[in-house]
Amino acid sequence: MTEKHLSTQFDAELSAISTRVLEMGGLAESQVAQAIYALVNFSGETATQVLMREEQINQMEVEIDRDLSTIIARRQPTARDLRLLIAISKTIGNLERVGDEAARIGRTVQRLINTGVSSRLRLPVGDVSFEASLATTSLRKALDAFARLDAVKALEVMKDDNQIDQEFDGLMRKLITYMMEDPRTISASIDLVFVAKAIERIGDHAKNLAEQIIYIVKGTDVRHNSLETVESIVR
Amino acid sequence: MDAKVNLPAGEKIKLSVHDLNFYYGGFHALKRINLDIPERKVTAFIGPSGCGKSTLLRTFNRMFELYPEQRAEGQILLDGENILERHLDVSLIRAKIGMVFQKPTPFPMSIYDNIAFGVRLFETLPRVEMDERVEWALKKAALWNEVKDKLGQSGSGLSGGQQQRLCIARGIAIKPEVLLLDEPCSALDPISTGKIEELITELKHDYTVAIVTHNMQQAARVSDYTAYMYLGDLIEFGPTSELFMKPKKKDTEDYITGRFG
Repeated sequence: MTEKHLSTQFDAELSAISTRVLEMGGLAESQVAQAIYALVNFSGETATQVLMREEQINQMEVEIDRDLSTIIARRQPTARDLRLLIAISKTIGNLERVGDEAARIGRTVQRLINTGVSSRLRLPVGDVSFEASLATTSLRKALDAFARLDAVKALEVMKDDNQIDQEFDGLMRKLITYMMEDPRTISASIDLVFVAKAIERIGDHAKNLAEQIIYIVKGTDVRHNSLETVESIVR
Repeated sequence: MDAKVNLPAGEKIKLSVHDLNFYYGGFHALKRINLDIPERKVTAFIGPSGCGKSTLLRTFNRMFELYPEQRAEGQILLDGENILERHLDVSLIRAKIGMVFQKPTPFPMSIYDNIAFGVRLFETLPRVEMDERVEWALKKAALWNEVKDKLGQSGSGLSGGQQQRLCIARGIAIKPEVLLLDEPCSALDPISTGKIEELITELKHDYTVAIVTHNMQQAARVSDYTAYMYLGDLIEFGPTSELFMKPKKKDTEDYITGRFG
C-alpha cells in the first residue's frame, strides 16, 4: 500500500490500523513464547503473567474492530482498501485466538505445577518446545508478510503449516508411547496432548493470516484451496 | 484502448457500441469505444470530469446533433440497428431511448401535462387512457402518492427530488426501451437520492438503464455493470461487484480507491 490516497487522513488511518494489527500480532507471538518458556522451565510465575496479559490482547481486538467500523463508515473503502480492512477484521480474530491458545498453555502449566507431577516425571517438553518454535516462526513470518503485503512469503507460511502438523502427529505417537510405558505419566501426558494441540492450532491461525494476505494482494479468496491452486494464484 | 468484455451467458445485448469515435470540432472526445450494454440491467459510467462519460451517454440518443460541430463515427446498435444512421428519425430513436438530465427540467406546465406532453408526440390517446398513462408513469416513478391531488398544479412547484422523479416519469411515460440518466441525483439531497436509486432498481425490471454518475458509491449501489472511463478511453468494463472489489486494471483501482489525481 505504498501509493498515497488523495486524502492523507485516510492513509494515516489505514497505516495506523495496520500498525495496531502488527502490535497485536507481536503481543500474541510473545504470549506463545512465554507460555512455552513457562512449560519448559515449569515457571508458575511466567504462566501467571501470560494469563494476565491475555486480557490485553482481547482488548486490542475490540479496539481494532471499533476503528475498522469507523473507517468503513467514514471512507466507504473499495477494492484493495476494502480487502485490507476485511482481512484485518478476520486476522485480529485469529490473533485473539492465538492469545487464547497461549493462555490455555499457561493454565496447563499451572495445573502441572500444582499437581506436583511435573518435576518427578520425564516428559517430552523438548519436542513440544520444538513444535512451538515452528508455530511462532510461522506466526512471525505471517506478520512480516502482512507488514510488507508479501504474497510470496504468505505462501511459504501456508506451506510451513504441513511441517507443524507432522510434528504434532509425531508428538502424539511419542506421548502415547510414554503413557503405555508408564501409566503414572498418563495425566501429565494428556495435558501435553492439549498443549501440542494448542500449538498446532496456532500454526493454523498463522496459515489463516497468510490466506488473508494473499486475499489483500491478489484479490482472490484462497481458503479451502489446495496449495498447488494457491501457488498458481500467487505466482 | 479496448476494454470490451464478454457478457455472461444469458445476458441479452440491448445497445452495442462498435468503434465509436466522437469529436467536439477538432477535439477527439471518445476514442474507439467498444461496449455492450445488457438488456434490463443498470450500467453505470464513472470516471473523472472530462473523461467522456456524459458524451458517451449523449451519443446513445443522438442528443449531440443539436450542435453542428459535434460528430460521432462508428456504430451504436439498438437491437441490431445502427442508430447513428442519418436516415433514421431522431425523434423515433428518442422515443425508444429516453433521457433524464442532471438538473430537473420540468416543463412550465402542469404536472399532468408534463407527463402527457411527450406521449402526445407519439400517440393519440383518449382522455381516459391518457389519465391512466399519467397515473401509471407517476406510480412507476414513485411520485403518484405525493402529487395525485395536485395534478393540475405547476411542475416547477415541486421539490428538487420530486421534480427529478417527475422528469423520470415523463421519460418512461412514452414507454421507451432504454433510459439514460445523466447524473440524475447530483442536485438532490440524500433522501431524494435514495428514492431515485430505489426507483432505478425498480425500473430495470422493464427497461435497460444507463447512468452516468460522479458518485462512485452510487454506481456501486445501483448498477449491475460499471464502465470506468478516462480521457475518452474506456479503461475497464465489467460486473459492478468485480470492478469495485477486484478491478482488473490498476488505473481503475487507483480511481475507485481515491488514489488517482
